[in-house]
Formats: sequence, structure tokens, C-alpha cells
Amino acid sequence: MQTSSKDVKRELLDSVVIRFCGDSGDGMQLTGTQFSSATALMGNDLATFPDFPAEIRAPTGTLYGVSGFQVHFADHDILTPGDEPDVLVAMNPAALKVNLPALKQGGQLIVNTGAFTSANLDKAGYTSNPLEDGTFEPYRVLAIDISALTLQSVAAFNLGAKAAGRCKNLWTLGLMFWLFGRERDSTIEWIRKKFAKDPNLAEANVAALNAGHVYGETAELPQGIGIYQVPKAQLAPGTYRTISGNDALAWGLVAGAKLAELPLFYGSYPITPASTLLHALARLKAFDVVTFQAEDEIAAVASAIGASFGGAIGVTGTSGPGVALKTEAIGLAIATELPLVICDVQRGGPSTGLPTKTEQSDLFQAVWGRNGDAPLVVLAAATPGDCFYMGIEAVRLATKYMTPVMVLTDGYLANGAEPWKIPSMKDFAPFPAKHLTEKPEGFHPFMRDPETLARVWVKPGTPELMHRIGGLEKGQHSGNISYDPANHEAMTKLRAEKIARIANDVPEATLDTGEPGGELVVVGWGSTYGAIKQAVAQVRAKGRKVAHLHLRNLWPLPRGLGSLLSSFGQVMVPEMNNGQLVKLLRAELLVDAQPFDKITGQPFRIAELVSEIERRLGAPTTERPGVQLQA
Amino acid sequence: MTENPRVLTKKDFSSDQEVRWCPGCGDYAILAAMQRALPEIGATPESTVFVSGIGCSSRFPYYMSTYGFHTIHGRAPAIATGLKIARPELDVWVITGDGDALSIGGNHFLHLLRRNVNLQIILFNNQIYGLTKGQFSPTSAVGTVTPSSPVGSIDQPVCPARVALGANAKFVARGYDVSRELPELFKEAHAFPGTAFVEVLQNCPVFNDGVFDLITDRKSGPQHQLWLKHGEPMITADKKKGLRLNPKTLQVDVVTLGEGVSESELLVHDETNSTLAWLISDLPDVKALGVLYRDPSAPVYDDAVQAQVKMAKKAGASADVDALLHGGHTWKVS
Repeated sequence: MQTSSKDVKRELLDSVVIRFCGDSGDGMQLTGTQFSSATALMGNDLATFPDFPAEIRAPTGTLYGVSGFQVHFADHDILTPGDEPDVLVAMNPAALKVNLPALKQGGQLIVNTGAFTSANLDKAGYTSNPLEDGTFEPYRVLAIDISALTLQSVAAFNLGAKAAGRCKNLWTLGLMFWLFGRERDSTIEWIRKKFAKDPNLAEANVAALNAGHVYGETAELPQGIGIYQVPKAQLAPGTYRTISGNDALAWGLVAGAKLAELPLFYGSYPITPASTLLHALARLKAFDVVTFQAEDEIAAVASAIGASFGGAIGVTGTSGPGVALKTEAIGLAIATELPLVICDVQRGGPSTGLPTKTEQSDLFQAVWGRNGDAPLVVLAAATPGDCFYMGIEAVRLATKYMTPVMVLTDGYLANGAEPWKIPSMKDFAPFPAKHLTEKPEGFHPFMRDPETLARVWVKPGTPELMHRIGGLEKGQHSGNISYDPANHEAMTKLRAEKIARIANDVPEATLDTGEPGGELVVVGWGSTYGAIKQAVAQVRAKGRKVAHLHLRNLWPLPRGLGSLLSSFGQVMVPEMNNGQLVKLLRAELLVDAQPFDKITGQPFRIAELVSEIERRLGAPTTERPGVQLQA
Repeated sequence: MTENPRVLTKKDFSSDQEVRWCPGCGDYAILAAMQRALPEIGATPESTVFVSGIGCSSRFPYYMSTYGFHTIHGRAPAIATGLKIARPELDVWVITGDGDALSIGGNHFLHLLRRNVNLQIILFNNQIYGLTKGQFSPTSAVGTVTPSSPVGSIDQPVCPARVALGANAKFVARGYDVSRELPELFKEAHAFPGTAFVEVLQNCPVFNDGVFDLITDRKSGPQHQLWLKHGEPMITADKKKGLRLNPKTLQVDVVTLGEGVSESELLVHDETNSTLAWLISDLPDVKALGVLYRDPSAPVYDDAVQAQVKMAKKAGASADVDALLHGGHTWKVS
């Protein structure tokens, strides 16, 4: 390393939240990702939150074209990308306008003055220049003409004005690396790999990165702008990497297929924010993975069903609008009792909704969204790394019970990254799929395992076991088409019972934090895990009897959930939707669950959860114990 | 086939299910033609799969003793594509109808053909919706009176063969339900590497009776049937008419032989010529039957899929999940 960051005296911080923001063409996602990678390699725990517009290149300088990336890193275990940024990097007036309200009072603000032209100020709706009108008084400000300094730093490479200007994100990254004592090696390596075909451009970007770093070292930084060090976090021993939810889910599916000893077929149609699942799996052909970019959402799920009929594990991935289109076909997989995994990376709805924003929009659609009584298994991942485990669990349940399984994640998990302790495949018990090969007495395709109620799975090509299946109702004892009224009722009950019994094969309801019988339990599912866990911890630190219960199994619900929830004085259900789990809990368990909704396309902040929990608790009292939990 | 040790017959391909099409339905003849063709191909019930959508035709798999999947409306091509990618060694047939393939499943039909997945798709065209009780279909003639078009349909119909050619299909053939040549057409389709599309004109005796009588009737048929043979002049079955290219309009004229027209002036069928296939696929008075177009040199989709998998495995990429998880930047915490 050319210039070590270690020789200077740095102020120690235990945690920092930085938000990078700029035009959607400014490369803020890349800057954030590279900062996160370098930070992870330095041993900090971290969580990220990319927030970008739906437009690929919105007109420059506009408010709706602002793209942001927040990273929270610390010397201790953290679970969320942080509430308010300590540091805001704003590449233009529009980015400043959108993000300044979020910056902590007294926080550090780094602005690119080069972009503060009168045209850009107009576009952002500023009537006076915030650089001069006192807007910045509550903050510690580092105002630099990053645009001009970047052009200077790459002048020797003769790039042309546009390409040269694009290097400013790396210049900024270089400066941030200096301020927070990060190493540049991994980013330099990444730049050279990315621009391998154009070494001149690669070296220009490296030069910009180094120039930003040198600027930090040599320039006299204004009062209040310090340089910092965030020591390593104390993480459990092991080998770590950063991982995003979509990569984790893709790899979990591959691991699941391996444990099931089945080839994996992934049929998908591009949709935000699920497309990167397709991209990740398309690179894994050597793992007996075939990806199929179908002509539409329906063909994507239909092809997966065809592959499952053929004896592979068929998987499809999409977001809420895609699930809506796949619904009829999912019903076919339920009726024909074929294994199928449906990954729903949720986003804001209804309809096209908010494609790039996060929302827990599809719980109702997942659990109840089909014609007929059509039960399936619904799982939800809690963190980016948890997506890996949910991918495995989905394949296990789908193949063991011959049923579709829906895995709910969301945009926040899909794009967010966290350090992840890499598990070993040795730690997972294999669950080889069983294809019937010998003709049993009285064979028909809807013969069932008496315990799991799973029907037999026969691969076409197997002699003596030829059979026909379809979406029409089948006779329970023959597998032939049946319109018999009593049979339809029996089959409907059977399909429901098969799914209900899966509760015996998944963990019982347990509290993530706290003890039964307290004043209030906060029940969450999906990506709100980290925010709820930390909020509950903060309220508990003040001595209140609050607990946290997190659901990974949404259908069937885990055993013991009703009695556990009933032991609390209050049940609070925070959700990033208009109240879906809360209705499901009330309907299924007859508990007085109360909603707390946030439908802004943004994740919960810890602080807003803390204040809502405290509001509900009211003044501390010893006379409000919960009902004693029954054994 | 001599290499097949089991001598199979039509009976080996018939299931134990009672056939439930209306009496006189053209589907019976198509079913019989298929059950006759399969043993001659050397097919076995265990390695053969029929995949269908929804409609009268789509009940077909229940009557075959092979593997079968009666799926949902319009989606059979997509389900069959997934099956064929996962299990390329299986012999897959898609059974569909004019509504199933050209209306609700139009998109999948298009993409199956352009991909050239190695399977056969048989479209039963009766120009009507049968199972929903007689509404007009995308192949119904303008003016068809049905419950949903009481004063006549106003939708322009499509010609299935032309849709197929437009979608870049590499094998396009046409027959009709009671024709003796149908088993042979199925065999030709089966032998084709890639998606083989066969349109079968099929009479619906209940909702659209006699719609193809002009072509299929024993008396009138020979004047209107033109059975195509590669390398031979295009002449109707009664040997009286032929097809001649009009160089001024670039259209095909139906000409009467003998009236100053000799056989040497007629078009000669070249089944590898897609332009010719287009010109003869939708003539007003004469129905071209047999193989309209065949291009066996086109790449086959499922072969290409397997080739990429093979290449990835050959490239020495590790298929070790642990190695996958440890790829990229990692760090140790002790």
C-alpha cells in the first residue's frame, strides 16, 4: 500500500453511518458498495441500504433522479443500516435537498461545490445558494470542488470531458477512505478488473481514487472535520464475506438442490428487484443449474413446473406483480402436488407501485392469493444472510412434502449487504429427494406417505409407472379425474392438512429476545428483524418487560405461537404495509394483535419503533403483568 | 422399428380411461392416428409425454397410456419447454387447440417456435371454442354466428401456419382429422430436430359442423386438397389444378391444367424455402397439406442449453458449494 492510513492519529468511533448521494448517473451505488467492501475487509460489522430511483438515468440534477447508498459500520454487532447518517456526502444540489433533512444535527457534510451551478440549484428548487445562505450552520462542512479536482487528477489520461467527469465518484471514495482509515487495495483491484479492456480508463480511475486520498492527507481540513478510526468488531470466529440477500438466496437454492441431490431449474422473467437472482444463477451452470429467461412471468413459473414434473427442483423468482401473474400456475402446482419454489422479492405495490422501494407487500398474496382453497408454504427471510438458509429450507420442504413453497424477501434484503459468517455444507444434513422407481401395489400418482401426506414423485421415463396428472380434481384413491362432491371436499381437506402438518417439521415459536408473560411483545417478519431487535433491546435496557418474536414460518404458523402471544399484555405488529400479518394473527389465533404500519417505501428506523413501543407501554407499572404462560 | 425389442401396438398407447369427446368429434380420429403412429416410430409409453393446455383437444393426454400433463389454458408450450430442458431425452408432444395456442397462449406459442425446442406441437383447429360452448375463436371466419357473436363475428382470423412461419418455426405441416396421411405427418414431425408444428383441421360436430367439408369431403375434397411433396409440382389431389407463380404480383395463382397450362409451368415444392411456404399457406380455394416448410439445419434450443452446461463443466468450474461461498473477498475472525 502506497500511503498507510495508520501513521496518523485518528479519533476512535464505535460506529458511523455514512450516506452517499448524487445523481443516478453519478455512481453512488458503486461508491457505497466499494466503501462497504473495504469496510468489511477491515473487520467492521456493517449493514447497507441502497436507495435508488426507478429510472435508469433520470434527467441530471433533478430531485427524483437522486440515488443514495447508506452504510452503517461499527466495532460491534449491528443489525440495521442506521437511522440518521452521521456523515452525508452530497454530489449535487438535488442530492443535498433530498438528503439534508436526514443528517444528524452537528453531522458532517461533504459537498461537491462544482455541481452547485445556478442551473442545478434551480432544478433542485433552491432559490438561494445553500453554500452561502447559512443552510449549513447546524453542520460541520467540507465544501470542495470535487468536479474540478477530479478533472485535474485524470488530466494526464486524455479521457474526454465526460469520461473524466465520471471519475469523481472514485475521487470522493478516495477521500472517504482517508477520512475513515480504509484501505484502497480491494477497490484498486476491483477497478483494474472492471476496466480490464481499457487499461487507460482503469488507471485514470485509480488516479482519481488516489488523488482523493492524497487530498485528505495534505489539505488542511476545516474545523470539525476529523479523521477517524472504527476498530474491528468482535464477531464470532470464522471466515466472513459480505453478502446481499439475492446472492444469498441464489446460493441457498443451489445448496438446497445439492442437499436434495437434484438438478435445479430456474425460470424467470426480469423484474426489479428480483433480476439479480437470475443473474447470479445464470453463472452457476457447472452446479447442475439451468436458467431459463422466459417470455413472461407465466412462462417462467410454468417452465419451472414442467421441470419439477420432470424430476428436477423447479424454481421461479419474481416480485409482487410477477407473483400475481403466476398465480394460476401456482394453483396448478398445488393441485398436481409438485414441488416448486417461488421467490418473491417484494416491492411497493399495488400494480407497478414503487419498483425500487421496499415493502412487505405480499403476505396476503402469498398466503391466500389464489383461486380455490390453495394452501402452500410461506417462509420469510430476516436478514440478507438468512436468505441462504431460507433457500435451503424452501427446497427441503418443497421436495419432502410435494408442495410449492414461497420465500418472501424484499428489496431491502435483496440489495442490502452485511458481513456473513460463511457456513460449511458439512453442517447441513442432506435430504435426498425420493423418486419412485418400483411399482408399488395399487399404484396411482396420488398415493401418499401416511405421515407427511406427500404424494409419490415419479419421473417420466420410469417404466411401469406412466400416469397422467392435471389441474382437474383427482379421485383420492385413483388419481383419475373425479367430480364426486365428497371426494372434492376430502381432497381439499387433505391438501390443507398436508400443509398444516409441516408445522411439526419446523421450529416451535420462540422469543428472539425476552421472556414470556411480559408487558408487550413485538412480532415481526422479514426484513424488519434488525430494527425491531435493536428497538426492543433499547426499551429493555430501560427496564421494561418487552419481548421480540420474529416469524420465519408464515404459513403454516409455528406451533405454540398462540399461547406464547397470549401470555403478553400487548401484541404489537410493526409492518412495512397496511397491516397484513396483524390480520393473519388475529384471524388464526384470536389474539388482540395491534398494527404499527410504515408504508413509505423506507425501512423502519430504530428510533420510531422505540418511541412507539414506549407510547404503548405508557408509564411503568408493576400491576400490568401478562397472563402466565401455560405449560 | 427393428431395434426396439418390444413389439408395441396401438393398444399399448391407449389408456384405461373412457374417451369423453362428443360422438363424431374429429378428435377421435386424431387420437387413433397418434396411437397408430407411435409404435411405428419406435416410441415407448414410458419415455413419451403428452402435455396439453385447456380445451376439448387438451383432454388428449388422459387417453394415452404414456406420461401426461393436462395443464392450464395456453401454458402447455411453456411447461413442455421446462420439461424438455430438464429432461432432454424425453419425447415430448404438446397438444393444443386454436383458442389455447393462438388466443390465451399466443405468447408461449410464438416463443416455443422461435426457440426451436425439440418437441412436437399438434394444434387441433376446429375454428371454434368447444369446451366453453361455441364462441368464435381466433381462426373463425368473419361472420361466424355464435352465442358471443349473435350477428356474426367481426374479428379477422389468423392462419396458424402463417403465425408459425412468422414466429420462425422450422417445421410447419398441415393435415386433417380423418385423413389417412395423418400418422405419417406425425412421424415426420417426430423425426424433425426442433419444434415441429402440425395444424390438424378438425371438425366439431356440435358447434361448427362441416366447417372444413369442402376440403375433407370425399367428393369435393380432391379438388381442394393439395398434398405437397418435396421436389414435385404442386397439383391438387384430383390432378386438375396447380399452383403457378405470377411474377407480376408475386402471388400464387390457382390454374387449371390443360387449358393452355402445362405441368412444367407449375411451382415445384421446395420444403426448405420459407418464402414459398408463406405463399402457399393461405390460399383461398386450395388447402396446401403435408409438410409446408422444413429446415432441419437450425440450432435446437435444448441442445444449446446442454452444450452451455457441458462447456461450464468442462471449463473446470468447481461445482463445490463451499468453494462458491468462499469466492471473492473473505476475511477471518479468530
